[in-house]
Amino acid sequence: MATSSFPWLSRSLAVLRKDLRIEFRTRYAYSALLMFAITTLVTVSFSVGGFMSGPEMTDIAAALLWIILFFSAMAGLSRTFVQEEESGTVIALKMAAEPEPVYIGKYLFNVVLLFSLTVLVVPLFVVMLNLSVVLVGGFLATVFLGAMGLAGASTILAAIVAKAGAKGSLMTVLSFPILLPLMLGAISATRTALGGGPPGAINADLLMLFFYNGVALAASLLLFEYVWNE
Amino acid sequence: MQNYVAVKKLSKEYSCRRLFADVSITIPDRSVFVVLGHNGAGKTTFLRIICGLVPATSGQVDFVLCGNVLTAAEKRAKVGLVSPDLELYGELSAVENLEFFSGVRGLPFSLQRAREILEFVGLKGRGHDYVATYSSGMKQRMKYAQALLHEPPILILDEPTANLDEVGVALVDTIIRRQKEKGIVIMATNEPREVCYGDQQLSLA
Repeated sequence: MATSSFPWLSRSLAVLRKDLRIEFRTRYAYSALLMFAITTLVTVSFSVGGFMSGPEMTDIAAALLWIILFFSAMAGLSRTFVQEEESGTVIALKMAAEPEPVYIGKYLFNVVLLFSLTVLVVPLFVVMLNLSVVLVGGFLATVFLGAMGLAGASTILAAIVAKAGAKGSLMTVLSFPILLPLMLGAISATRTALGGGPPGAINADLLMLFFYNGVALAASLLLFEYVWNE
Repeated sequence: MQNYVAVKKLSKEYSCRRLFADVSITIPDRSVFVVLGHNGAGKTTFLRIICGLVPATSGQVDFVLCGNVLTAAEKRAKVGLVSPDLELYGELSAVENLEFFSGVRGLPFSLQRAREILEFVGLKGRGHDYVATYSSGMKQRMKYAQALLHEPPILILDEPTANLDEVGVALVDTIIRRQKEKGIVIMATNEPREVCYGDQQLSLA
């Protein structure tokens, strides 16, 4: 008996609520994400922060921001599924839940985790590197869509990685080709938002990021049942 | 016979090793089916295939309720599993675990129902403690709470009395007797006391 007209939604939210509760108590994933992000952010600001002037520096700043977010995501987002496998709770979860709500719940959890990271890291990055954001709306939309895309692709990759032996390195290796289009689009849009190109150019990049999110989510939902039942 | 589990020509092989081959059996409603066998004979694998957690090399398992063969998703709603390698969330309390499993099954959750089921399995007053702080026997009782939460017509038990004291063993006796009155129990065990419950037995060599 479903409790709502959208049974997937209520079941997905149950997974999200459970993961947030556990994360709030243990901070397994958030600690990994945050420590990596803060360490790299401080290193970057000390090493290149003083040279961040001139139009060509927007290229470097945009790339650095997404490198920090990419590797932070790789450090923490795989925990969602790895933790279930390692603790043996995956059997109870498989017995109780259909695959789709599990994927959506884990995806939403990664979105929340990555958004809470970007809310901290992105303003710090802008301040520490003394950047000026020319297109504020475009910059926020880029960060939003980029983080959503990172979370979407990372979630299905985490499910695959959780089944493998060499979990640590596999996540980054697998995710690189899949996340490359997202990274290129996000870097290009960020560069434009920081004043490194004609303002109109950001629209095409944002559209690309929007469609990347749609394709990543749809493909992940189609694939997940096979990965989950493997 | 409207409700039954039909195991048809079920075989399982790992690499070159054959665990069992062409097992066919019908488990009728209101009965207990016991799987016997030495360590490594394939009892747990047999149960996992029935649950749909592990694919069979060949053959199939049909759950028939009210004359209808259930789909994989429907099977999930009709089965409760207690197994040594099934773990609950240690970072959550017993009540939070039950709340989660209700939610993810799409069932309404009530604290009253959670308290009742925890009292039934002998965890009264411990519902708000984290499961990680439980002893192994209490964790086993909690697995029963999780498995019985949705009142499944089919209960699958792997080593049902593992880690339990005498009171816990008596609880399992009660659970098996009650379940037999309203559905099916499939269990893997070598304990003579539990084997006695079996209306049918399968011995894996």
